[in-house]
Amino acid sequence: MVQMTMIEAIRSAMDVTMERDENVVVFGEDVGYFGGVFRCTAGLQKKYGASRVFDSPINESGIVGAGIGMAVYGLRPCIEVQFADYIYPAYDQIVSEAARIRYRSAGDFTAPITIRSPVGGGIFGGQTHSQSPEALFTHVSGLKTVVPSTPYDAKGLLIASIEDDDPVVFFEHKRLYNGPFDGHHERPAQNWTTHPLGNVPEGHYTLPIGKAAIRREGSAATIVTYGTMCFVAEAAVQETGIDAEIIDLRTLLPLDIETIAQSVTKTGRCMVLHEATLTSGFGAEIAAQVQENCFYSLEAPILRVTGWDTPYPHAQEWDYFPGPARVGRELKELTEAM
Amino acid sequence: MNDYGPLSFKVPEPPVRPGDEPDFSDFEVPKAGTVRKPGVDTDANDIKDLATTMIRVLSREGEAVGPWAEEIDKETLLHGLRSMLRTRAFDERMMTLQRQGKTSFYMKCTGEEAIAIGQQLALSEGDMNFPTYRQQGLLLCQDYPVVDMICQNLSNARDPLHGRQLPVLYSSKKHGFFTISGNLGTQYIHAVGWAMASAIKGDTKIAAAWIGDGSTAESDFHAALVNASVYQPPVVLNIVNNQWAISSFQGIAGGDQATFAERALGYGIPSLRVDGNDFMAVHAVSKWAIERARRNLGPTMIEWVTYRVAPHSTSDDPSKYRPREESAAWPLGDPVLRLKNHLIKIGLWTEERHTQAEAEFDEEMRVAAKEAESYGVMGGGASARDIFEDVYKEMPPHLIAQRQKLGV
Repeated sequence: MVQMTMIEAIRSAMDVTMERDENVVVFGEDVGYFGGVFRCTAGLQKKYGASRVFDSPINESGIVGAGIGMAVYGLRPCIEVQFADYIYPAYDQIVSEAARIRYRSAGDFTAPITIRSPVGGGIFGGQTHSQSPEALFTHVSGLKTVVPSTPYDAKGLLIASIEDDDPVVFFEHKRLYNGPFDGHHERPAQNWTTHPLGNVPEGHYTLPIGKAAIRREGSAATIVTYGTMCFVAEAAVQETGIDAEIIDLRTLLPLDIETIAQSVTKTGRCMVLHEATLTSGFGAEIAAQVQENCFYSLEAPILRVTGWDTPYPHAQEWDYFPGPARVGRELKELTEAM
Repeated sequence: MNDYGPLSFKVPEPPVRPGDEPDFSDFEVPKAGTVRKPGVDTDANDIKDLATTMIRVLSREGEAVGPWAEEIDKETLLHGLRSMLRTRAFDERMMTLQRQGKTSFYMKCTGEEAIAIGQQLALSEGDMNFPTYRQQGLLLCQDYPVVDMICQNLSNARDPLHGRQLPVLYSSKKHGFFTISGNLGTQYIHAVGWAMASAIKGDTKIAAAWIGDGSTAESDFHAALVNASVYQPPVVLNIVNNQWAISSFQGIAGGDQATFAERALGYGIPSLRVDGNDFMAVHAVSKWAIERARRNLGPTMIEWVTYRVAPHSTSDDPSKYRPREESAAWPLGDPVLRLKNHLIKIGLWTEERHTQAEAEFDEEMRVAAKEAESYGVMGGGASARDIFEDVYKEMPPHLIAQRQKLGV
């Protein structure tokens, strides 16, 4: 075990899989010589050569489309879309192609591709460097959607994603790249290198796709969340003293409804927490499934705490981002509701 | 003072519409044999003229002439003609099945048979086509079982795609035929990626990309060209210009301003414009491009100039947007007749054999259709369980639950 940032853990995952499987290739805008705008691929081109780690033209549909073609050939491309806010030009390739190739060819062709892309706000990224578009992908049959929140998870889940025979959309919260973030922007940034969750094995390991993690056990309510919001939830619990159970989904699809249902059955109260906008967001799916699975255990309506139904603003960053104060208030309401 | 008159908005229109005389007077057709043949290692800059002319081999008299006329072995020529006839017979039979309500939908490739077949016969085993819905000839000139093709169209119990796909959207890895998508243009960049993978692995396999004139307007066409230009992978970038995208003439895709072949020039990709109804030219030019790719000399674009004789699909009525007689006036004629005449000229074929072959293939398709129908028509015999398989490699819990809900 060594201390790694999430960036280092992600890089290590690619390094480990490239070392083990020569069919793994990595490409995207600026990922080659330069090592990525977030340094996630730094040093990989030097180690594995430009035919396995290379820069691509600025063309998201081309990056994903070429990656699909390579995957169909038999490679395992782990490609990068620089920001999830820029994934839309590739949406046709992801939805109509990557997700459907196995189904429409009855397994004759498959596309084992991993699409890495940084998501999330809390960095003054404004409208096109902050979005959380996960619901646009969880709605697509044939895709798996993964959102890690710690270096340990990021590495284990990325290796699992690259080794998975189905297409995986792998969203990395850029606010978590260097350290955990609980929404307290007024305090100095934390660093993974001194954090227990920054402890990562150097070699090969995987974490199962489709399994949630209980980050904090509790009895007063269940907070179902993922990404940065896991840390915001912890802060809110600490600050309110409300004994909530925090579930980090880690994989959104397939959803680990079993872990969620067990928890909500125990606590009787459920908050769904995500940074993405509210309406038709992934929280709606979680709320619906909790309602279906835990109706008779619920002591209060399921509560969703999310970003507002607006584009992600710049100046109003902290009025938009669901921080610990807001989550704490909502948590109080949830636990006090009769 | 304003020196400018009002701007006017341009919307291209085809020269003629229903009720008008077909008019191809502006359509230039160079004489067969007049366009040069460069070496496969030619620089893209040295053959820019080949993107605006038209490579043709078969003369009006049915003779193979000029530098692109090359020895094609007897078997390939006969196989080519037979495959074209077979494809035509297949298309006719499928139209009948559609009219009888045994399949919901069909798309013919009448008039375009030479292109897919001429190129497939120049490819090698292991190469991969990324076809559109109008290259059925790729399968029909190989050993792909015609009964399976019909079963796909009928979506029945023996449909290789388990009833999941619209008719004509075939898939066969074994036959180098990538699964067809309804989303236009997406496969063009897949072909480039596949070819990149072949180069990354130091393989010798090449990819053939296919697209129509209308779909060159899709973004993935550009994605494919820029990636092909940057990484120089072994891919043949085919554009089948059949003049029509459903009801839109090729000018709506930008074809009035430049040839489709010229699109490649800005990317530094060598590009050729070819008579798509000339089997000899299709085969020779395909071989040239395939050789370039296989020798690691990079991608080639080919615009195949042809005409979509049939309706766009069984849901289309071309008489609503173009003259009924337009296909008969098409200056490049019929690919089947042109190859037939050539083979008769060189003593490989006769009128009698032709008539006999037509009857044979008609009978083959009739018998095959009968067998296919025995496995069900119009979705009959497809299993509801198959809805849930192959979404993922392993069925996740939510799909298992949904399958149980359906009770299958």
